[in-house]
Amino acid sequence: MTGYVIRRILYTIPILFGVSLIIFFLFHWVGGDPVLQMLGKHATPDQVAELRHELGFDQPKWKQYLDYLGQLATFEFGRSYSTRQRISEMILDGIGPSFLLASLGFLITLSLAIIIALVSAYYRGKWIDRAVVLICVAGMSVSALAYILFGQYFLAYKLGWFPISGYEKGFPQNLAYVAMPVIIWVMVGLGWDVRFFRTSILDETYKDYVRTARSKGLSEKKIFLKHILKNSMIPIITYVVIQIPFLILGSFLLESFFSIPGIGSITIDAINNSDFPVLKAMTTLISVLMIFGNLMTDILYTLVDPRVRLQ
Amino acid sequence: MSESKSLWKDAFERMIRQRIVLVSMAMIVLYLLLGLFVGLGLIGGSWDQAIGEGYQSPSFDSIRHWMGTDIFGRSVLLKMIHGIQTALIVGGIASLISVFIGLTLGAIAGYFGRWVDDLVVWFYTTFSSIPAIMFLIAITFVLEKGLVTVCIAIGLTSWVGLCRVIRGEVLKHKNREYVQAARAIGASHRSRIFRHILPNIFHQVIINFSLMFQSAIKSEVILSYLGLGVQGRPSWGLMIDDSKLVLGRGIWWELTAATLAMFLLVLALNIFSDALRDALDPKLKSS
Repeated sequence: MTGYVIRRILYTIPILFGVSLIIFFLFHWVGGDPVLQMLGKHATPDQVAELRHELGFDQPKWKQYLDYLGQLATFEFGRSYSTRQRISEMILDGIGPSFLLASLGFLITLSLAIIIALVSAYYRGKWIDRAVVLICVAGMSVSALAYILFGQYFLAYKLGWFPISGYEKGFPQNLAYVAMPVIIWVMVGLGWDVRFFRTSILDETYKDYVRTARSKGLSEKKIFLKHILKNSMIPIITYVVIQIPFLILGSFLLESFFSIPGIGSITIDAINNSDFPVLKAMTTLISVLMIFGNLMTDILYTLVDPRVRLQ
Repeated sequence: MSESKSLWKDAFERMIRQRIVLVSMAMIVLYLLLGLFVGLGLIGGSWDQAIGEGYQSPSFDSIRHWMGTDIFGRSVLLKMIHGIQTALIVGGIASLISVFIGLTLGAIAGYFGRWVDDLVVWFYTTFSSIPAIMFLIAITFVLEKGLVTVCIAIGLTSWVGLCRVIRGEVLKHKNREYVQAARAIGASHRSRIFRHILPNIFHQVIINFSLMFQSAIKSEVILSYLGLGVQGRPSWGLMIDDSKLVLGRGIWWELTAATLAMFLLVLALNIFSDALRDALDPKLKSS
């Protein structure tokens, strides 16, 4: 177990290295000349030279890469180009609202989806099951943007149940502002999750150990909640991790639509302002979070599925 | 070959037996035909002509007024129909690019194993750690914004899932007896991969293609919202984006038209891919 975990942690080193190379390649090579993007068409040569110097673009490429690795190690990415704020401060400010929105949305969707999928699989083939599947497929087919616009217009503007947008720090009031984004998050994700979980659960129901449990005389409820649920957690955990990148894109949209000052909003503002240092820092931050999330899942695996430890 | 043909025929027969699948197939064909006819200029005419004042609500004056008009007085119905073409192009080309990359890398990794496999796995693990949206931004910085860029950007960022699946399948198949038999009669690596293994795992490619198709259509909408999408031609994403500011004034028809058009296509594609998976996946057939 410990050996596996250590090996798994060591495996993140080449991945981190690869990520740093790709991000460097994206921002220092592929992305064109960010200085011209940032200053616009009417910049004087002096301004261009000055900004190049400030961002380190006048250095040789290998030096730039080493500088970037230094930034990555210390998580100190300099200052935003448009607001002159320190980027590490911006991240610290933004991570709270982002985390609140993402964790609430994620956990509510996950638990609701598992419950609905269990009920649906329990009544497999009956009308409840068919209705659930149909509603899920229909729900998946609506664009996330349509959910956002509809929610904002009807629930917030027409009915006045929620604030239309904005954010306030501090415990109970921040919940009011993230409530509707969380509901939309659940709406968007629920169909996918229920459908996948239902299939994973149904896959298990035809296995031999279920037949054994049934022939032992266990009640159907016990079989579902104790035997099938535990075994179907393995594909569910994998699926949940694959979803993480989509969660990030989703929270980008939700944060910017509802003016929640999180990582997503900061990134979208940076896109609009061509704020190069912030974009690079946010890409790095999210990638590191992804790698960390993958690591956590693999370790979680060993707890759920002992077979993994032996490999 | 007659054996493998009967798999497809069997799958087709299974699918058309369900009424809902038949309806969704008809819907997909309808969209394809509409897209084709619009592309050939047979129907729809020109979408960018004003047919009345801006933001007229839907009326039955003429077919063009059924869905009202947009800010410049252009027919929303025509924009919606022309949007089909954009959606089909984005879905088709992006999925082709992504299938090409995913299939090639996955097959090479699974077949050759060892350091090739390690390299590919390292590459896609690294690649999928970086949020796709950042690649999209970088690609739109380099290439000019527009339809082609959207297709390339979505295609280049959506291959990891298929690559994983194909790698796993090839890994399973490469030591099977039929592949060893092919090796015994002197088949080259290429022939073993493409002529022997690939036909046996091709159903995975088709299932993934139809899933990718609809997710590409949905991604296009989100890209358009971020201002990185299609430019200068009607797209459902732009229509939804345009309507976000005027919704508060009660102008609901442009949002509804685009959402509905997209909903029906994506729903039909979803039902179709589900049925396809059920019909082609031998593991599901038995249960």
